[in-house]
Amino acid sequence: MSETLEHIASAARADAPPAIVLDKVNKWFGTMHVLRDVSLNVATGERVVICGPSGSGKSTTIRCINRLESHQEGRILVNGIELTDDVKALDDIRREVGMVFQSFNLFPHLTILENCTLAPIWVRRMPKKEAEALAMDYLTRVRIPEQAKKYPGQLSGGQQQRVAIARALCMKPKIMLFDEPTSALDPEMIKEVLDTMVGLAETGMTMICVTHEMGFARKVADRVVFMDRGEVVEMGTPAQVFENPQTERLKTFLSQILRGH
Amino acid sequence: MSDLTLETSVAKVPEAAPRSPPASQIGLVGWLRTNLFSSWLNSAVTLLVAYLVIRWLIGFVEWGIVNAVWSVPNNQTQACRDLKGIGACWAVVTEKHRFILFGTYPYEEHWRPALCILLFVGLYVVSAMRRFWRKELALVWIAVLAAIGVLMWGGVLGLSYVPQERWGGLVITLILATFGLAFAFPLAILVALGRRSRLPAIKAICVLYVELIRGVPLISLLFMASVMFPLFLPEGMNIDKLLRAQIAIILFAGAYLAEVVRGGLQALSKGQYEAADALGLSYWKKTGLIILPQALRLVIPPLVNTFIGFFKDTSLVLIIGIFDLLTAGKTAIIEPAWQGFGVEVYLTVGAIYFVFCFAMSKYSQRLEAEFNRHRRR
Repeated sequence: MSETLEHIASAARADAPPAIVLDKVNKWFGTMHVLRDVSLNVATGERVVICGPSGSGKSTTIRCINRLESHQEGRILVNGIELTDDVKALDDIRREVGMVFQSFNLFPHLTILENCTLAPIWVRRMPKKEAEALAMDYLTRVRIPEQAKKYPGQLSGGQQQRVAIARALCMKPKIMLFDEPTSALDPEMIKEVLDTMVGLAETGMTMICVTHEMGFARKVADRVVFMDRGEVVEMGTPAQVFENPQTERLKTFLSQILRGH
Repeated sequence: MSDLTLETSVAKVPEAAPRSPPASQIGLVGWLRTNLFSSWLNSAVTLLVAYLVIRWLIGFVEWGIVNAVWSVPNNQTQACRDLKGIGACWAVVTEKHRFILFGTYPYEEHWRPALCILLFVGLYVVSAMRRFWRKELALVWIAVLAAIGVLMWGGVLGLSYVPQERWGGLVITLILATFGLAFAFPLAILVALGRRSRLPAIKAICVLYVELIRGVPLISLLFMASVMFPLFLPEGMNIDKLLRAQIAIILFAGAYLAEVVRGGLQALSKGQYEAADALGLSYWKKTGLIILPQALRLVIPPLVNTFIGFFKDTSLVLIIGIFDLLTAGKTAIIEPAWQGFGVEVYLTVGAIYFVFCFAMSKYSQRLEAEFNRHRRR
């Protein structure tokens, strides 16, 4: 039963147009070549985990997808819209792409509820009452509705990151980007954030997640992408990548990760 | 990793009952001991300073209250002269207070600038209360400032016309400071944003403006506004002298405030800009809803510092012959009968400045505490 369902779901994914297309993307910081011919297609509903050593360009890659960084060569398409200097297209893309940062980046001068309602009210022009109801709904889903009236500084790191997830979801994005969402957290808080992300993955959201949490990758990722020195080195299902690494670089990386844990 | 459960709470350890700190370290005695008498050297300094303060206080009370003359009959200052400096001649203030407050404004019309001063103070008080921070407040400001203009100039509603040359005293100081900061502050925000703009032309203009204005003293700017600027105007055209000084002050304060605001903009982390961008907020929404509210809160202390500085710097308009509070005080004692009683007049004028500046300072401290509550855990 569940197998057939999964089969139908994956078939549907294959037919749907890709949510994100990166085609030979190159980027330089000054003279440093940080992305080298990065190509990656992400289907609608697909969950992709990007891993790799620090400085490998994984964060830069997903930051290019909503143009927090601009690329210099190659093409990036999000939901069929190409990322260029066109401001209108960029606004359309950012509205559909939610992002969660390593350092949460909640707005400290606004309450939790205001953090969540800000973009729906000012970008989607939603009435305040409706936006608040929506925000409370998502805060309930990340299990912190009781904190709505507090300020970010009064919450723990794990709670703040869950608010950040709720804030992004309030824009009803079609794609969610996670940039090392658990790296700044104390160990006992990592689980609560990962659980929230697993829950989100189960709803069929298209997700790209930069993380070192291999347990999470195994559990939810359809595909794992390994990057090193600005290149995509290996790509495949979690089983392929973790059990059967093809390259020396991935083997080295995995051994370091395992030793670290 | 995610399957790992971590037990962090420490169970079954009996809690120690809380104890109060030693009696010698709390209360008045504790405070005195730690702050004033912590060593024999500190004790000696405390006693010496206390002696000097008390001596000076006694002297001041004798001069200012016990031996003082509070009023004299029609300009007969002999009583004051007889004191030979052992007592204050507050009579000069009693006699000249109208001149100090209102300058050469027609005597029988003094209620008009007096009402203006009350309107200004009322405006400050209302603007200071956060529950009035709504869009309507801007309308209140426009209405009150217009009312002040009508009251001061007159010529309508049965009020007699009073030319600007006759305005003077405290009301001039309040006009220059209020209009000056009300216009300089928005200007400063735009310039500060412009200086961080990615558009090279805008950035260059803003940098040029700030550096040029900051590079010259306010006095020279006032001179230029009053002496040189009319030379460039066509024959017969004349812009009010007060307005010219006002513009000079706005431009000057704007440059200083812009740098203060820019400091706040730079103190914000890049993540705040990125989070706002990622949510799809446009530049102006991002700036107005996320960046400025935080940046301005961070710079309340230097902002108010600059405000206070400019409130007092308005007194520099005396060099182009505008009668502000300080000039009025100075002029009040030019009359031969009252010469030599400068100390009393300057103390009074100083006290008026102090009341306004101290109120600003206290208010800013409260605002800062209120705004930054969310920063504390």
